Amino acid sequence: MAPKQREARKVSRNPELVRGIGKYSRSKMYHKRGLWAIKAKNGGKLPLHEPKPKPQAPAQKPPKFYPAEDVKTPLVNKHKPKPTKLRASITPGTVLILLAGRFKGKRVVFLKQLPSGLLLVSGPFKINGVPLRRVNQSYVIATSTKVDVSACNVEKFDDKYFSKEVQKKKKKGEGEFFEAEKEEKKTLPQDKKDDQKTVDAALIKAIESVLDLKSYLGARFSLKQGQKPHELVF
Amino acid sequence: MPFKRFVEIGRVALINYGKEHGRLVVIVDVIDQNRALVDAPDMVRSQVNFKRLSLTDLKVDIKRVPRKKELIKAMEDADVKNKWEKSSWGRKLIVKKTRANLNDFDRFKLMLVKIKKAAVVRQELAKLKKASS
Repeated sequence: MAPKQREARKVSRNPELVRGIGKYSRSKMYHKRGLWAIKAKNGGKLPLHEPKPKPQAPAQKPPKFYPAEDVKTPLVNKHKPKPTKLRASITPGTVLILLAGRFKGKRVVFLKQLPSGLLLVSGPFKINGVPLRRVNQSYVIATSTKVDVSACNVEKFDDKYFSKEVQKKKKKGEGEFFEAEKEEKKTLPQDKKDDQKTVDAALIKAIESVLDLKSYLGARFSLKQGQKPHELVF
Repeated sequence: MPFKRFVEIGRVALINYGKEHGRLVVIVDVIDQNRALVDAPDMVRSQVNFKRLSLTDLKVDIKRVPRKKELIKAMEDADVKNKWEKSSWGRKLIVKKTRANLNDFDRFKLMLVKIKKAAVVRQELAKLKKASS
């Protein structure tokens, strides 16, 4: 009879009185676990299953080199890195202010956090020229303005989407050196442009429903005279 | 120039320093030359130095150290809250508070409104200049 009628029990039948001391003695536990019944079924002995044949390990050659002293093996580390903890103020649809890089000062819509921990962000491109881009949480101020992004589908974007394309090594001839360099202009592949358009279409619809939000996202942030960042409410 | 606002039982004052900064309280008793016993509907009755109080024009009709319920009733009879919020001092404080709590988006919208207002004013000024010249 192959399938077990009952799942393996998770809780012990011997309740704990104090740490290390159970309520029932060895003989009582023998009776409670029904080992007498199991033995009786098997003719006076505990049933013995034959060991499964182990898959034969490939024959290892004796190593060529034995180190003179004992080599210390490092401790096992099974830690897997987690994506950076996202600030509570940053939720999908939050307007962020970028603080560094080419787009510093731009107000931008947050879409989602990628597995690497970076934030996926979009201008939208038509409004302020910021494309789908990755941004570090530390270089961002989160405002309390939120945009409705439920209509956007950002499932397909991950870190691999943004990785640099592997350059194939080309043999450089002496005379053609400079000309060849000029011809190789990097253009965005059309499918990335289409991705930008689809994401932005849904975003722009949500943005235009709020008054002045479009011009707000198009303007850059700057500190004016007398404004103190630690006193400003974002 | 005679004094108009006196420290007396029932005088409404504003705490201008410390943990309770910005709170409107009623002077309920005078402890000594420097301190007053002070009370408000949502506060535990406590002592406060006069230097931390700014006296207002409002006064409440109470006896020395009234019970909390009597204080609340007296404050409602004198309509302290509404009178304060309508007074010029009270209005200024409210404006300060809203300005401090403006969002980044709110500040942007405010800027757009200010620009519009300035444009209208400038147009009118130009018209007046043209008319007078």
